Amino acid sequence: MATWIDVGQLDDIPKQGARVVSTRSGNIAIFRTKQDDIFAIRDECPHKKGPLSQGIVHDKKVTCPLHNWNINLETGQAIAPDEGSTPCFKSRVIDGIISILL
Amino acid sequence: MKEKLVLIGNGMAGMRTIEELLAIDTDLYDITVFGDEPYGNYNRILLSPVLAGEKTIDEILLNDEQWYQDNHITLHKGQAIRKINRSQRKLSTAKGQEFDYDRLLIATGSKPFMIPIPGKDLEGVIGFRDIADVNTMLSASEQYKKAIVIGGGLLGLEAANGLLQRGMDVTVVHLMDYLMERQLDQAAAQMLLQSLQQKGLNFLLKTSTEAILGNEQGQVQGIRFSGGDELEADLVVMAVGIRPNIELAQQAGIYCEKGVVVNDTLQTYDPRIYAVGECVQHRGQVYGLVAPLFEQAKVCANHLAQIGFARYQGSMLSTKLKVTGIDLFSAGDFHGDEDTETILFQDPAGGIYKKIVVKDNQIKGAVLYGDTIDGAWYFQLMRENANIQDIRQSLLFGQSHLGDSGHGDENRAAKLPDSAEICGCNGVCKGDIIQAITNKGLFTLEDVRAHTKASSSCGSCTGLVEQILAVTLGGDYSATPKEKPICKCTDYTHDQVREAIRQQKLISIGKVMEYLEWRSVDGCATCRPALNYYLISTWPEQAKDEAQSRFINERAHANIQKDGTFSVIPRMLGGMVKPDELRAIADVVDKFNIPEMKVTGGQRIDLLGVKKHELPAVWRDLGKAGLISGHAYGKAMRTVKTCVGSEWCRFGTQNSTRLGIRLEELTWGSWMPHKFKLAVSGCPRNCAEATIKDFGVVCVDSGYELHIGGNGGVKVRATDLLCKVETEEQTLEYCAAFIQIYREQARYLERTAPWVERVGLSYIKQQVVEDTEQRQALHQRFLISQKYAQIDPWAERAKGMEQHEFVPLKQVG
Repeated sequence: MATWIDVGQLDDIPKQGARVVSTRSGNIAIFRTKQDDIFAIRDECPHKKGPLSQGIVHDKKVTCPLHNWNINLETGQAIAPDEGSTPCFKSRVIDGIISILL
Repeated sequence: MKEKLVLIGNGMAGMRTIEELLAIDTDLYDITVFGDEPYGNYNRILLSPVLAGEKTIDEILLNDEQWYQDNHITLHKGQAIRKINRSQRKLSTAKGQEFDYDRLLIATGSKPFMIPIPGKDLEGVIGFRDIADVNTMLSASEQYKKAIVIGGGLLGLEAANGLLQRGMDVTVVHLMDYLMERQLDQAAAQMLLQSLQQKGLNFLLKTSTEAILGNEQGQVQGIRFSGGDELEADLVVMAVGIRPNIELAQQAGIYCEKGVVVNDTLQTYDPRIYAVGECVQHRGQVYGLVAPLFEQAKVCANHLAQIGFARYQGSMLSTKLKVTGIDLFSAGDFHGDEDTETILFQDPAGGIYKKIVVKDNQIKGAVLYGDTIDGAWYFQLMRENANIQDIRQSLLFGQSHLGDSGHGDENRAAKLPDSAEICGCNGVCKGDIIQAITNKGLFTLEDVRAHTKASSSCGSCTGLVEQILAVTLGGDYSATPKEKPICKCTDYTHDQVREAIRQQKLISIGKVMEYLEWRSVDGCATCRPALNYYLISTWPEQAKDEAQSRFINERAHANIQKDGTFSVIPRMLGGMVKPDELRAIADVVDKFNIPEMKVTGGQRIDLLGVKKHELPAVWRDLGKAGLISGHAYGKAMRTVKTCVGSEWCRFGTQNSTRLGIRLEELTWGSWMPHKFKLAVSGCPRNCAEATIKDFGVVCVDSGYELHIGGNGGVKVRATDLLCKVETEEQTLEYCAAFIQIYREQARYLERTAPWVERVGLSYIKQQVVEDTEQRQALHQRFLISQKYAQIDPWAERAKGMEQHEFVPLKQVG
């Protein structure tokens, strides 16, 4: 059964930045946009598994640091003309606490 | 209620404008499109390959009907508009239907000019303009044998080549004494004539046509020349030129001259009505090629979307011929006159001809035959009015292509087989690129990069890719505009943005985006690092360095590797190292189980495979031995490479290691537009390879030669000699001044080699060598900037700064 797990505070992540939650099945990247939206996606680019958490965050997108693919943080989809997707996780922020559904 | 936008003309210009508009705003207008032809929008410039049997019509469709539906556009194909009623803002079709508009876009293109001679209306006499013409030619080629093409220009030769490929016996009749006189000079035209004759085409030059002859059924039989001679033909193609199609606009009382007259925002004299493409006349100029429409479409779309400050200021054109196996390029005034000079290279046996026309040290025109790889470069120099004085001697030999890595020494894309690898980084073949261009409707280098990845990594194959674009699309490919915007978030160029930062004293990325009305929420991965650099280099004392706008390497102060680990390279001034430092490095490698070590080309030691969360601890241990960040990860001053010099070497003339250490002490930590490498060689044997560095010193007995703008990477470029000085102190001052002018004036991600070529060695000499005051001022500004830059980022982070960058947010399970 999936459960909500607290992973940290909103202010633990810089605006336009990301940090990882490490799990036994790999890293999950938690992104914080300029407008304080929070997104959680698998920390792997669909292209060559680049760590998306290390990319530059702009609008609701991240640019992979390895080969500059752009990934939509809302859907995990690569932005055209690139193709592919990365699994997303549900996330929420209550009273400044970020939790994700695992 | 949304406003109604109606497009008349479902061709490339109109539809490109609609696409540009949709890219900005999908919701502003109800869009309706009328097209004469019974097809979706297709790529007219690829009709020649269709005729030649190299492509099918399906392959050249740009937008099928599904696309119009998906984008909520109403398409009326095969429906011509007969009348525009401007006072009521209504259109009527040939069938008598009426439609309203709020804004109207006229893109009716052009019509082939048919010479007014007897017989021009006979069956089998056609122009070369649309799919219907191509179909007529194709069915003629199946039934008949003999074809005549009147007109030996670009279009005529492409038609003739196509018919030849289809098995017809083709004669080209041309009024002038050589082919393509508007694009070629006589020598190049002669070479072209010979290769076309070898392919099997027949030519009648200096020949004018008096009449076209037909039989009683009205079917063409042949033509008669003005001398009275006759020649048999079953098909006559007139390709003597095109005329803007302006009848509809004229009837509606819209002001026209040769074309529909438009202003810099592509509006006609009726401001609700816009016009783009071959039907327009802009600043007195009518364009018959497709390239200008891309610039027009962008400006027009911006204006329709009500966000435009961009203006269309006219296009400069270059031409290529779409005949397989023939490489030909021309641009500008290639004939010259008594005020111009000509630089010429002629090798008839090798099939190469190059001519550049120069006036006041600027390129005015060029004709290339056989080897056209540098066409794009000459064209760029021409459009930028670049001063070529410094590169005059090597101009004809191209942009230092010799020895480029990644694709051998191949520079003639047209002759390569489809299986030839063009992009060595991403493994993209010529065939892949051609397929993407035709199947996906690509027109620009940017398009090709996005879809195929060719030329998107190291860029060494850019010339070849541009050539393939040009060969595939002919004269119509869209050359990169003169100065490109930084990225898709803005229309401003690097230079304009930097000027605004300086003039308006903007000190944060947010302020820049606000002042210059950035289109995106908070920029993108291209503009943010550029803006950050411009801010910290312009206002070192005030601007805050914004970590989230830096690429990961500069944010984490180490190089990300493909598996997500990092590499760490400590600084070793001048490449000199002490036993304690080596011991500390060895201990760190053991303690943190770092998998591999390597000696780098810049005389440093690289520790590969460090886990990100261990970086601060690694740095703490290295720092205890006095080792600081080597900045091998940044667009920054990297290393000073040295030889052992006069201290040890029997040939050494000066103490090159001491000078190298002093240079590195002066310059370390400085952020640059791109990476920046230095070297000092103790004698002209140049063991430190100083002449392929951004700043290189070659010691001689009487002093120090200072070299600039070298590069040992993708494009090998030897340095230019800046000047010779007598002392180490002078060397340091000149070095700082050179670095500072590069930091202040080069564009982000522009290395010194292309920058020096762009602004010219003379300019840099004048600023750094001849103008003493200027040099001292540059030197001073560099020292001020260094006060803020020379803080070891490793030491700070070892003490706990920016911990969030290195530590996971949480461990689960």
